[in-house]
Amino acid sequence: MVNPILFIILAAVAIAAAAGLLLSRDAVHSALYLVLNFATVAVFYLLLNAPFISMVQITVYAGAIVVLFLFVIMMLGAEKLRGAADNVPGSEKIHRYIAVLLALVLVGVFGYLVSQNSIGVVTQNPAIDASPQALGITLFQYYVFPFLVTGVLLLVAVIAVAVFGQVRKGGSINA
Amino acid sequence: MSSGEIVVRALITGFIISLVVITGFAYTTLFERRLLGRLQARIGPNRVGYIPIPWRGGEKRFLGGILQPAADAVKLFLKEDPTPAKVNRVIYNLAPMLAVIPAILILAVIPWAPAFRIGSAKFQPYFAIAPNVNVGVLFILAVTSIGVYSIVLAGWASNSKYAVLGGIRATAQMISYELSLGIIVLVPIMMANTMDMGQIVEAQRHVWYIFLQPLAAIVFFIAGMAELQRSPFDLLEAEQELSAGFNVEYGSMRFGMFFMAEYMKMISVSAIFATFFLGGFRGPFVDDLPWLGFIYIFIKIVAGLFLMIWIRATLPRFRYDQLMSFGWKVLLPIAVLNFLITAVLIVMAEEGTLAPLIDSVSKFFTG
Repeated sequence: MVNPILFIILAAVAIAAAAGLLLSRDAVHSALYLVLNFATVAVFYLLLNAPFISMVQITVYAGAIVVLFLFVIMMLGAEKLRGAADNVPGSEKIHRYIAVLLALVLVGVFGYLVSQNSIGVVTQNPAIDASPQALGITLFQYYVFPFLVTGVLLLVAVIAVAVFGQVRKGGSINA
Repeated sequence: MSSGEIVVRALITGFIISLVVITGFAYTTLFERRLLGRLQARIGPNRVGYIPIPWRGGEKRFLGGILQPAADAVKLFLKEDPTPAKVNRVIYNLAPMLAVIPAILILAVIPWAPAFRIGSAKFQPYFAIAPNVNVGVLFILAVTSIGVYSIVLAGWASNSKYAVLGGIRATAQMISYELSLGIIVLVPIMMANTMDMGQIVEAQRHVWYIFLQPLAAIVFFIAGMAELQRSPFDLLEAEQELSAGFNVEYGSMRFGMFFMAEYMKMISVSAIFATFFLGGFRGPFVDDLPWLGFIYIFIKIVAGLFLMIWIRATLPRFRYDQLMSFGWKVLLPIAVLNFLITAVLIVMAEEGTLAPLIDSVSKFFTG
């Protein structure tokens, strides 16, 4: 059983971090809120007896992907987005209405599902063995084909980046 | 043992080990300065605090410079702590803390000694802040991957071109070398068949992995040095190009925290290297006298630190393109090949096809 007080504190941090991510005007601050969010989610995984996923969450998402975000933000000097949304033509009213509508739909659907108890609200530790060994056996024996397909997909993406990023003889980047 | 007891024990051992390592950090700086002095044919700091030897007329001094770290700390604290104009104040203050926290956090899973008992308190199955973590190695990788934030954010928040360049260099370097590090760490994991640091040590009871996997040990050490941003990988603070890189705008104890994080990470990397490849706390008679474990791992850590300082005194700094091509075109292929070959050999040994193969090869050569 996950301690309810602990859960509420962590959930509050996660939601606050997500809100900060959306509301922050500074892209670097947004990225840091994202790190905080990922870290909180990693702690949730730990509470649910999934240490492997938790550590991978931190290593891959917080440690690598957001660092790449920061890298790009700093390289482009795109930290400040002050007023950028107002400059997009036609974004004054209609986009905001659509956003509010979609948010209401999302809240409604989630509220309905939670009230019906039909999405997995985990109230106790699952009775599965989530040690790295058990996870490896599951992944590499029962799901080895999807795993390989994902690997090939990533390899294709890497090759594509290498091809597109190549500097041609004239010195221009092949875009 | 109830969960409350586990928490209390982790707090107490964590407090003790952190204190020891923070003291160790101070003396690592002294060790480095004295050793660099020796390697450069000078003496190094030997004035602050010493024990004179009376029967030699007070001329010969014993443990010269033993109080130098304390003097350095006092000096850092007493210096002015300026905050440059137009820095991003929150992140500027956050960055030094983000440097120190992972450096301390990483100590949690390192095993320091085998199981022993003090009174009624039993430390089992080995002495660590958090023993029995079945993802210990991943924890180390996760924490090191968080460590890059301090450098990037310090560089960015300082609002200085040199600092930003240092931060961006550091990011690219750490992401590149983290790959090799992550892959090479799989070799001891596969050989010990566990991710628990203590069980990796236990698996080296008979032979250390550095003898079975010398190449992996070398790759791990190089990638670890690159993660530490130490010379010859210290491009982020290349004095001639960037004045001091990411920490150029920091002064006083804020700079001291970056300094502290660097040396504490040196100690951690040395300890992790000892755990993976040098048998950790294992050594002669350690099963009968558990406290010998502390001495053995101390000796191994000091040996690792000695090697790092020696390399710093010997090798010139990499050029940036050399750094990248070395990481991606040399270190990473070696790491992947080493990993693949080890995996194949382990499977062959498990299926019993390795012994006949070695047999027939030796017959071929001996005739």
